[in-house]
Amino acid sequence: MHKANVPMAWRRFKSKYNLVGTKCTKCNSSFYPPRLICPKCRREGKIEEFEFKGTGKIVSYTIIRSGPDGFEKQTPYPIAIVELDEGARVTGQIVDYVDSDLAIGKKVAPVFRKVYESGKEGIIHYGIKFRPEN
Amino acid sequence: MAERVAVIGVGLTKFGELWTKGIRDLAIEAGAKAMEDANMNSKDIDAMYVGNMSAGRFAGQEHLNALIADQIGLTIPSTRVEGACASGSLAVREGMFSILAGQHDIVLVGGAEKMSDVSTAHATTGLMGAADEEWEGFHGLTFPGLYALMAKKHMHDFRTTREQLASPAIKNHHNATMNPIAQFSFEITTEKVINATMVADPLTLLDCSPISDGAAAIILARESVARKYTDTPVFIDGTGLSTDALALHDRRTLTALDAAVRASKRAYEMAGVTAKDIQVAEVHDCFTIAEIMAIEDLGFFKKGEGGKATMDGETQIGGKVSVNTSGGLKGAGHPVGATGIKQAAEIVMQLRGDIGKRQVSGAEVGLTHNVGGSGATAVVNIFKR
Ligand SMILES: CC(C)(COP(=O)(O)OP(=O)(O)OC[C@H]1O[C@@H](n2cnc3c(N)ncnc32)[C@H](O)[C@@H]1OP(=O)(O)O)[C@@H](O)C(=O)NCCC(=O)NCCS
Ligand SMILES: [Zn+2]
Repeated sequence: MHKANVPMAWRRFKSKYNLVGTKCTKCNSSFYPPRLICPKCRREGKIEEFEFKGTGKIVSYTIIRSGPDGFEKQTPYPIAIVELDEGARVTGQIVDYVDSDLAIGKKVAPVFRKVYESGKEGIIHYGIKFRPEN
Repeated sequence: MAERVAVIGVGLTKFGELWTKGIRDLAIEAGAKAMEDANMNSKDIDAMYVGNMSAGRFAGQEHLNALIADQIGLTIPSTRVEGACASGSLAVREGMFSILAGQHDIVLVGGAEKMSDVSTAHATTGLMGAADEEWEGFHGLTFPGLYALMAKKHMHDFRTTREQLASPAIKNHHNATMNPIAQFSFEITTEKVINATMVADPLTLLDCSPISDGAAAIILARESVARKYTDTPVFIDGTGLSTDALALHDRRTLTALDAAVRASKRAYEMAGVTAKDIQVAEVHDCFTIAEIMAIEDLGFFKKGEGGKATMDGETQIGGKVSVNTSGGLKGAGHPVGATGIKQAAEIVMQLRGDIGKRQVSGAEVGLTHNVGGSGATAVVNIFKR
């Protein structure tokens, strides 16, 4: 991945530190990552900020064993597409798991964690990961 | 019917880790071979389109449109086209449209990528630029990872087995042994695929296309001009392009590429053919699961049955539809910007009937399926003799 500098990271803090996305109040679709235009209603849509609870279930998962720059030392790590209870789907790592937790349909909840560092003197990037819920 | 556009020459470099060659060497070699194949001189060319994904990231070199034109000794209109791993087929479309628009008679379409000068981690990072950087790459997702998410879901929903998943790689390595430009020329087995180093579960090293250097070029000509150069023109009678969400999590489904379905519908319609008419196809098998989904999305097999069909030999040379006779991205290599053009060159040689050992006998209608990113861009082109 591209190592984001301070302004690049900063402008996404709100959505990355909490699951703040958007919602179209015309058709009731919710979006995370946030969308500025509702793909269904386009210009007729009305977009508002919307915070997701963060609970959801695993749609699919994998374990990354050959990581990109900045993640080489974290491998292996599981990553999943999670469908949030409110409907949107997001990508995130799975943490605090045992192997049997890695399953399609498994319920998960959000946790705030360090994601990667931009080199020795760079910034530390934080974001949402998911842990299994019983 | 409007005038048709023909392919009158093809040129390919070797694909692989080519230490002695830089991107300009590769592009020029492919272009020169295509001109030789078309029996023409560079002064006959009216315009150029160059497909390339990431020379800036992989070689620090942008501005390829002018660089390559200049190195061939031309000052004609030249345009670089980018759509991640589908850059090559996008360039083919642009070249074709410039002829149909009446602007040019003869167009050189090339694609090149030089990936082996950077480390695997850096190449992985660069390739992730084709996915959603802020919401996928940020979390440490990789390209093998994206396709692994699709593979897991396909296996879950359709009971695709691990053996079925491996089968496109085995077939494509076999086909690659008959292709002199292929990166790999060794056979593999199901056991070897399953036991190879895990890259992103369930995909092992042998489920993945490699990191490659290479270039390919084709020469397009207006039908009325084409016959001056060749007795065996191959026509591009259909083309379709569709896009979708950059992020996999934003798509309708994980087990099909809707963009590829839409692009193929458009291309079939334009060419006046259906999936049943296709005898030979080059599909975007960047990972084994991608070929399984491709042959389903293109309508060759029902959704969920691509793995079984491949394992049953229905896509081998001479099967129901011969898929990836070149060895595909898996066996022949995947220098991303060159791939779409290499696919076109393979189909053209198949339809001309001069491809040698891997010839599909009597092939008259062929197709290329080229995907950018994890399915956000899909281009399907249809070729006829
Ligand atoms: C799978 C991958 C991570 C392997 O890279 P790597 O671990 O750095 O592999 P290396 O370059 O160290 O190669 C190790 C050996 O495996 C071989 N090899 C590498 N990739 C291979 C592949 N995909 N298939 C078969 N053999 C491969 C090499 O030739 C080398 O063999 P050698 O030891 O005999 O010389 C890399 O090829 C990759 O990222 N592929 C996917 C590319 C991609 O995403 N493309 C875009 C898709 S849209
Ligand atoms: Zn709406």
